[in-house]
Amino acid sequence: MNPNVLEIEDLQVSFFSDEGEARAVNKVRFAVPRGKVLALVGESGCGKSVTSYSVLRLIRKPGKITGGRILFHSADGSSVDLASLRENDPRLFDIRGNRIAMIFQEPMTALSPVHTIGNQLEEVLFTHGKPAKAEAKARVIEMLGRVGIPAPERRYAQYPFELSGGMRQRIVIAMAMLSSPELLIADEPTTALDVTIQAQVLALMQSLQRETGSSVLLITHDLAVVAQVADFVAVMYLGRIVEQGSVREIIKSPRHPYTHGLLESLPGLHGRRERLPSIRGTVPGLFDLPEGCPFHPRCDFAKKGLCDRGEPPPEQVTSDGRRLCCFRAEEMAELLKKRDGAETTA
Amino acid sequence: MNIYNIDDFGGSAVNPPLLAVRDLCKYFPIRSRGLVRRKVGDVKAVDHVSFDLYRNETLGLVGESGCGKSTTVRTILRALDFTGGHAYFDPEGNGRYVDFGELTAHELVPLRRAAQMIFQDPFSSLNPRMTIGGIVAEPLVIHGLARGKALEERVDEILVKVGLKPEYKTRYPHAFSGGQRQRIGIARALVMNPKFVVADEAVSALDVSVQAQVINLLDDLKREMGLSYIFVAHDLGVVRHICDRVAVMYAGRIVELAPTEELFERPLHPYTRLLLGSAPIPDPDRRTLPPNPGEVADAGNLPAGCAFAPRCPYATAVCRKERPELRTMSPLHLASCPFAEQ
Repeated sequence: MNPNVLEIEDLQVSFFSDEGEARAVNKVRFAVPRGKVLALVGESGCGKSVTSYSVLRLIRKPGKITGGRILFHSADGSSVDLASLRENDPRLFDIRGNRIAMIFQEPMTALSPVHTIGNQLEEVLFTHGKPAKAEAKARVIEMLGRVGIPAPERRYAQYPFELSGGMRQRIVIAMAMLSSPELLIADEPTTALDVTIQAQVLALMQSLQRETGSSVLLITHDLAVVAQVADFVAVMYLGRIVEQGSVREIIKSPRHPYTHGLLESLPGLHGRRERLPSIRGTVPGLFDLPEGCPFHPRCDFAKKGLCDRGEPPPEQVTSDGRRLCCFRAEEMAELLKKRDGAETTA
Repeated sequence: MNIYNIDDFGGSAVNPPLLAVRDLCKYFPIRSRGLVRRKVGDVKAVDHVSFDLYRNETLGLVGESGCGKSTTVRTILRALDFTGGHAYFDPEGNGRYVDFGELTAHELVPLRRAAQMIFQDPFSSLNPRMTIGGIVAEPLVIHGLARGKALEERVDEILVKVGLKPEYKTRYPHAFSGGQRQRIGIARALVMNPKFVVADEAVSALDVSVQAQVINLLDDLKREMGLSYIFVAHDLGVVRHICDRVAVMYAGRIVELAPTEELFERPLHPYTRLLLGSAPIPDPDRRTLPPNPGEVADAGNLPAGCAFAPRCPYATAVCRKERPELRTMSPLHLASCPFAEQ
């Protein structure tokens, strides 16, 4: 069995408009190890959601997968390149919502307002099998109990509007987990929730993931959430992965100046400080990408003549095994250490 | 228009507050179904809230959705009418307070110059059909404070102050990023030279790298222009960074109020503890996700005693019967839990 459940190789996704081609995802390459949680992080517009939507082939016109492979290695030993399938390929229907399930950000819009909770959940079972009605109902009620819904028999007959936001997100999780998926894609699953509810939902996802041994691709912008639940992290900026590694490597000793800057600008980490370190400038649009490294105009370590010309830097593996896309990858450890030192003494 | 002084509401004479809120209430009626739509109850969105805001201070107002933090600030600024209580405000700093709650619409106009608001959503709070120059100049025009060349100069000045180029004046909001739009919203609020600014989730919609820039900007402007903020937020990290004192709200009431570091280091109310304990820490070596039971209380159907009692691990029979008052635990630290000492 392949140790990875999902391997994405040089994925390219573009959106076509009158203004031209916007490369939302550019040569993205990462793998989700079986039974682990990989977090794909970045700010709005970096392409993290588009990447996750591509896996389930949910990209619609004017968007298109223009290159690369999305390899799904099932536990039964079969492998399929999802990027190569036609939109009506039966294998896609077998995988989508069954072997790979997805949790969406908005628990308000992810559920149908005119069907009962029970009905919506059973639909998953009837779509991917032919269970008897009573059996389906029993499985749904059992799953509702497992995601921590009190009085599941009563909730089974209720409509989404009768539940709070946190409850609805549990329903969405129950729906995704019903088919015991091998891979769960969670797109900002707790962003719309209050902090106490977020903690509950994250704890729930974690315990379900451990129980069932499924793998998770977590899409988020919140580095604190990443630190709490992820095993591996890939950081995206402007459609590219700029750095990836274990959660400890990325959060404790980031190597790419962008990752470093993101972590620095988290408020409240260091108690009250006079000034919050921030990354200067703003994210450029996809139509006016700078030459060279896409991050160089905002980077404190950009070198003239090196970082600002030619193609963006390819992923490099440094001598100590770190993976990042930076022209100065080898030097970064030293440069960042020097800067952090200067800040503490200042 | 009645003028009050400090003795009328019991403020500190040594350090007179800019704004003193006393027993502020805002109830929304619940009506029965059908034709008559009799009033059958109240949603007590804000229930007897009291606090002081001092000059050059940033007071944080935190809590989960539906706790009444936004309704509190909107009522103070009279975007909503008071159900009860007072909000004494002294814009000139001469000890002559007026009560926001009793002013007529006409009397409110001059006070609106001194009290401004920055909104959460940088996308819906700017009119898409007005230029940036027009948006920022509009308050000055409405209040008749500047025209012609003086108006242009004032607009340019404030745009530079918030980090935007005056050349942008002729552009429309769609041409700007989220962070830039929030700067425009800040410019519009500050162009009047206010004393008191309410920032309602002003940085929540921004990405973290841009959020840090805007937080720094708000802090700089506070010092330069001598502002006082009420900073409404749900992100505890942001609050810890920017606020001098923090009030925690639950089900329409303040349950704890303390200087920021004191609140974060020594929270006394069990709800504050739950809130602080639920915020994820960006450290993979400290994984602390508490599986907390319970849901936020429904403001239309509150329990008889302490609203937090159903979720509270320490609740006793007393908590379920009697509603706790906010008590002074140490000179600057207030908490509304009968067992706060423990």
